[in-house]
Amino acid sequence: MPEAPLLEVDGLVKHFRLGGGLFAGAGATVHAVDGISFTLRQGETLGLVGESGCGKSTAGKTVLRLLAPTAGAIRVDGADIAALGRAAMRPYRQRMQVIFQDPYASLNPRMTAGTIVGEPLENYGIARGAAKRERVARLFDRVGLRAEQMAKYPHEFSGGQRQRLGIARALALDPRLIVADECVSALDVSVQAQILNLMIDLQEETGVAFLFIAHDLAVVEHISHRVAVMYLGKIVELADKRALFHRPLHPYTEALLQAVPEPDPQVKRTRVVLKGDVPSPLDPPSGCRFHTRCPIAEARCREIEPMIREVAPGQMVACHLR
Amino acid sequence: MTPVLEIADLQTHFANRDGTVRAVDGVSWNLARGETLGIVGESGCGKSITALSVLRLVPTPPGRIVGGAIRFEGRDLLAMDEAALRRVRGNEISMIFQEPMTSLNPVLTIGRQIAETLMLHQRLPRRAADDRAAEMLDLVRIPEPRRRLGQYPHELSGGMRQRVMIAMALACSPKVLLADEPTTALDVTIQAQILGLMAELKARLGTAIVLITHDLGVVAEMAQRVVVMYAGRKVEEAPVGELFARPLHPYTIGLMASIPRMNRGGTDGGRPRLAEIRGIVPSLKRAPVGCTFAPRCRHADAQCRAAYPPLAEHGPGHVVACWHAGRIAEGGHA
Amino acid sequence: MVTTILVEEEPDAPPRRWSLRETVGRHPTVAIGLVILLLLAAMAIAAPYLWTVDPLRISPAFRLRGPSERFWFGTDHVGRDVYSRIVYGSRISLQVGLAVAVIATAIGLVVGLVSGYVRWLDGFVMRIMDGLMSIPGILLAIALMALTRPSLETVIIAIVIPEVPRVVRLVRAVVLTLREQPFVEAAEAVGTSFFNTLRRHILPNAVAPLIVQATYICASAMITEAILSFLGAGIPPEVPSWGNVMAEGRQYVLVAFHLIAVPGAFLTVTVLAVNLLGDGLRDGLDPRLRRRL
Repeated sequence: MPEAPLLEVDGLVKHFRLGGGLFAGAGATVHAVDGISFTLRQGETLGLVGESGCGKSTAGKTVLRLLAPTAGAIRVDGADIAALGRAAMRPYRQRMQVIFQDPYASLNPRMTAGTIVGEPLENYGIARGAAKRERVARLFDRVGLRAEQMAKYPHEFSGGQRQRLGIARALALDPRLIVADECVSALDVSVQAQILNLMIDLQEETGVAFLFIAHDLAVVEHISHRVAVMYLGKIVELADKRALFHRPLHPYTEALLQAVPEPDPQVKRTRVVLKGDVPSPLDPPSGCRFHTRCPIAEARCREIEPMIREVAPGQMVACHLR
Repeated sequence: MTPVLEIADLQTHFANRDGTVRAVDGVSWNLARGETLGIVGESGCGKSITALSVLRLVPTPPGRIVGGAIRFEGRDLLAMDEAALRRVRGNEISMIFQEPMTSLNPVLTIGRQIAETLMLHQRLPRRAADDRAAEMLDLVRIPEPRRRLGQYPHELSGGMRQRVMIAMALACSPKVLLADEPTTALDVTIQAQILGLMAELKARLGTAIVLITHDLGVVAEMAQRVVVMYAGRKVEEAPVGELFARPLHPYTIGLMASIPRMNRGGTDGGRPRLAEIRGIVPSLKRAPVGCTFAPRCRHADAQCRAAYPPLAEHGPGHVVACWHAGRIAEGGHA
Repeated sequence: MVTTILVEEEPDAPPRRWSLRETVGRHPTVAIGLVILLLLAAMAIAAPYLWTVDPLRISPAFRLRGPSERFWFGTDHVGRDVYSRIVYGSRISLQVGLAVAVIATAIGLVVGLVSGYVRWLDGFVMRIMDGLMSIPGILLAIALMALTRPSLETVIIAIVIPEVPRVVRLVRAVVLTLREQPFVEAAEAVGTSFFNTLRRHILPNAVAPLIVQATYICASAMITEAILSFLGAGIPPEVPSWGNVMAEGRQYVLVAFHLIAVPGAFLTVTVLAVNLLGDGLRDGLDPRLRRRL
């Protein structure tokens, strides 16, 4: 790996305290993200998958510093931004952008599409007036919208077009990293295909890196170069997508892949159905967090937490038994 | 074999201040005893409204069933009075929804909710209804059913709530279960549990299932026959194996090509382009002239734009509404 | 992982921006309320030209007369023309309603925005508001009147104080909901400053519920003013206000029912008009109600 990583996340922790307030005592703590590490290179897509409550969205928002990390380092081009204040964060905000899940809720209903996409340009004093209009028009063109649509309001666009607006806004500042948080999961499959193709094209043109957060494994496999699987605030496996999907090593990854229904009635696959539900992140299990549902757990799994380590070239796994 | 549920030329429209939305526009299908029929399509295609129409649960106004027939064991549900219909709902035909939290009453214990259905439809006394409720929870694999009876919906996880919904729906041993996106709100590992449970219960109780979903994977796994809907109409219907092996409607073909599939990228780790269905779903507010899919279809010609294609048979049980289905069948998917 | 399924359909609907004309068309109550209020406002402004006499002129010879050609709404116990007093009285009612609505909304907006956006201040501010809300409004007003010289200004202040916490609660609730909205988070992610986030993203979306609340405050302020005057704790008795006319008339209700009935009817119609306007605006300004099929 000759290239220095664009993003280096090291032991990132994000806990939320529930309750609390003027007259309330200290509440319980949600261990949303509990010490995760990964790197992301220029032009690369890292998929971050897991079930609801695993902390993948919190991880994305914390990397962007939309949430303040509890511990750990977030290095962008080598500089740690984990503890920067609002003003010091400003230049970094320019380099890191986000695309949200719900393309409707993430667009202010009372602003026109052009104003929404132009807002980042205005914030950073990059362009105003006619110059801004022209840049916004170019952004519209790049994501497959027409410049005449700049005067329309978000509700006048279809779901897929709204997500294109979200992408145009994220691209406005020429970022080097975009965190895409479930950005196609609200879309119908035919529209989802359009957005995924657009994102791949944009990546090839601009070399932007994606942190692609999603629960749909097939989508993640399609768009990613490498994939990290999260379970209850921890990364349990991180590998090249080829290795991860063809030869998963962590029992959770394996069960997750088997759980996906295959759109092919000829395939009758054997499936290990996991028992029970994901435990509460308020009180994660001791030892390996997966031991309560793991089909191969042993006594030591309940007590000793497995560290993530390289098991095969480019394949990191946190499991005592692999 | 006589079908248990038969829908013929169903038309459900919604009045809107801009005009009439033809949410369901002449849909027909039937469901055999003990069969699972999948209904697939993208949002707005009318698949959920079809299911709601069966039990006449379409919010009226603005919705209204304006035409067609729905026959359940030979009785026309559309001609029934409210009292007779109530005896069918939740008793002979029951329904489960996508979001179990909103379908359960938050202030009643789950035991009470299941027992009430039984007391209403089966005229069971309280004690017997409670016993049966516990049995049902056990049937859907909820551990410690007796204790769970006293719990409220918010005390259960999403997967548990969907199990409760299934228990409730099956409590009166219905002949038909309408399942509207039953696993869409659930995680994949929980979805695998629920799908497994549904398949097992169907085999055991012989309930026929109408499974409405946008997920082709779920359909492939669960259904015996599939109806594909687009813009309020049935565009294709076929046995599941046939549909996936030989889809004939350009929309079905496009839908199948646009989903990313696992382990299909080959071993080189590349990112092949997904097939897109260009454009977007048409507005259902105008009466369609010609095929509703024509503006997005690469096979479309003058004939397609002039008249809506009738459903035609292209193999055993395989019907397609496309002028070019014959040509597509001969030429493969090219 | 709740999947929101969006309707992916051709967006051919006409622009659904809020417009007064559309709201009036779909909610005729807005039109009715608006027309009545405009008539009342015209009456208040043009009071001297509407065939009125000096509302303070006493005519002992014509006491407690019923409605007649000369005294349209009759006279009171000292022979003042009730019609003139009511026309001039509309000035008081409208002034109180408008002033209270504007002042309470403005103060409530600022405090609510701060409370909703600055977390560490929130608990403190809200406890003060809870304290204010626990004081019965009428009692507070009577106490204030007892301490100061009765005047229009004191009445307005007395009514504003208990209304402020209601506005603060509303604004705070709206801000708390809005700040969790993805578009506010998105604004932060593209580097929008704190002030611009408030100005562009929070305020415009908080305005609609606030306008509706303001109309309710306006209506309730008019009633409170009348009650205070009726109890003798409001506007100085010589000033013609609807509450004062009713207060002075209550002893003579058996012989001159019109002294209560006429100002009462005016107050009822005015409050009704304001509420009609508020209800219509609530439905018209709510984007969720507008977006429905």
